[in-house]
Amino acid sequence: MGQNGAGKTTLVKHFNGLLKPTKGRVLIDGIDTRNVSVATLSRKVGFVFQNPDHQLFSETVEDEIFFALKNFGFDERVISERVDWALNLLDLTQYRKTSPFMLSGGERKRVALASVLAWDPKILILDEPTIGQDNYQKERLRQFIIQMNQQGKTVIIVTHDIEFVVECEPRVVLMANGKIIADGEAKKILTDPELINRSSLVLPEITQVFLRLNDFGFPSNVINIYEAKRLILERLSGGVSK
Amino acid sequence: MSVFDGLKFRNISSPIHKIDPRAKFIYVCVLFVISVLFNQILPLLIIFLLQIPLVIIAKVKREWLRLIRGSIFFAIIIFAMNILSLYFYSGQQSLGSIMEYALAMTLRFIVLVESFSIFFLTTSPDMLGLSLEQIGVPYEFCFAFITAIRFVPVLAEEAQTIIDAQRSRGLELEGGNFIKRIRNYIPILIPLIVNAIRRSLEMAEAMESRAWGASKKRTNIYTLKMSGRDYAFILISIIMLLISIYTWLFIKIPSILMS
Repeated sequence: MGQNGAGKTTLVKHFNGLLKPTKGRVLIDGIDTRNVSVATLSRKVGFVFQNPDHQLFSETVEDEIFFALKNFGFDERVISERVDWALNLLDLTQYRKTSPFMLSGGERKRVALASVLAWDPKILILDEPTIGQDNYQKERLRQFIIQMNQQGKTVIIVTHDIEFVVECEPRVVLMANGKIIADGEAKKILTDPELINRSSLVLPEITQVFLRLNDFGFPSNVINIYEAKRLILERLSGGVSK
Repeated sequence: MSVFDGLKFRNISSPIHKIDPRAKFIYVCVLFVISVLFNQILPLLIIFLLQIPLVIIAKVKREWLRLIRGSIFFAIIIFAMNILSLYFYSGQQSLGSIMEYALAMTLRFIVLVESFSIFFLTTSPDMLGLSLEQIGVPYEFCFAFITAIRFVPVLAEEAQTIIDAQRSRGLELEGGNFIKRIRNYIPILIPLIVNAIRRSLEMAEAMESRAWGASKKRTNIYTLKMSGRDYAFILISIIMLLISIYTWLFIKIPSILMS
């Protein structure tokens, strides 16, 4: 996370070899990105770009998903299975035969996501995935990210959407002016007003409430809604029993 | 930075940047005529060297050098083609004169590139459009012209993003035979064209909501006015042209390679 122009996209473009380091090296699964092609790396590292219009070109949504699978040389049967799976996963089955250009912005974004998820990369990079998605789709996306994570996959999200991130409680890397300024647990980083300010973000709403309650003895580093509820209930019942 | 940056406007302040685009345009036309007029090395070389101070005054040395370096490839092709065609088709000419002629042709190309580069490096698209408008070209055409120029870098950047996105989906641009290579570019061209169309529609809407074309006669914040300096620049250009025509008609130009 970080302000516009902090270098987030530039950083993640190093992960699948689109950009090669001029100094130092980038290792993906122990492989130096300078020694392998983007296509080889992409098999492992799926990259969903911010703007779906930069990648959609096929006549139907189905073909769009088909494209990458063919590039990676899957065989026919696996491809059709994977296409069905990805369409279903992102709620796109009804648009199977529709042209991606006829879909709305949010739907196009999901097609782009489906076309990458289809080859089941080990590492997934999502550049601003929540833009243009309604709450229902965001929730589904979040569920899906958590699920991928449980399967032992790495999901890297570039975003400004702090409320979206907070509920996943991931490791957070903050960037500003081309440098990483903080790296650690969400609970520690996203509740630090000074860091958040430096990266042009807004504190999560829960944290804002708890920061103001600091004077009453509440901790200020709360980002989880259930933890918040528990703390408040504890205090309330404590107050009653006194 | 790419070779084409040598044809892109640099927004810096210099005496050359301040010259009226119309005056500069006349200058470029004069240079064009002169370089087509002569096919000997000496005059072309003089023209080439004469413009270098302009480049330095305009503070665009770096971009200009890069463009010249980029054009060397084409220069070599022109040189080789000239030598080959002259050698095989003109018969009795000596090797020296063939060489001289081929070199002159190459130099002509470089002089043309050089002058256009100076013009585009120091003339902003806005000013160019403004001068077109003041010459009397209808505003719609001026606008289309400026927009086209302005969107070249935008499109180039977008093409790069699309290439990145498709490569991330396993597209390999290199390799394969000729047909395959062309087919490889389909996933890049389609998004590029679709986005360009979409953007132009959006732009049209945005412009209409800002009352584009509401009044027949537009007024401009800036108007171009020719100053004494601009007239002097035009005068110099015309004198250069006259001298060249005189030389071309009455003076025998000494050859460099053959004496």
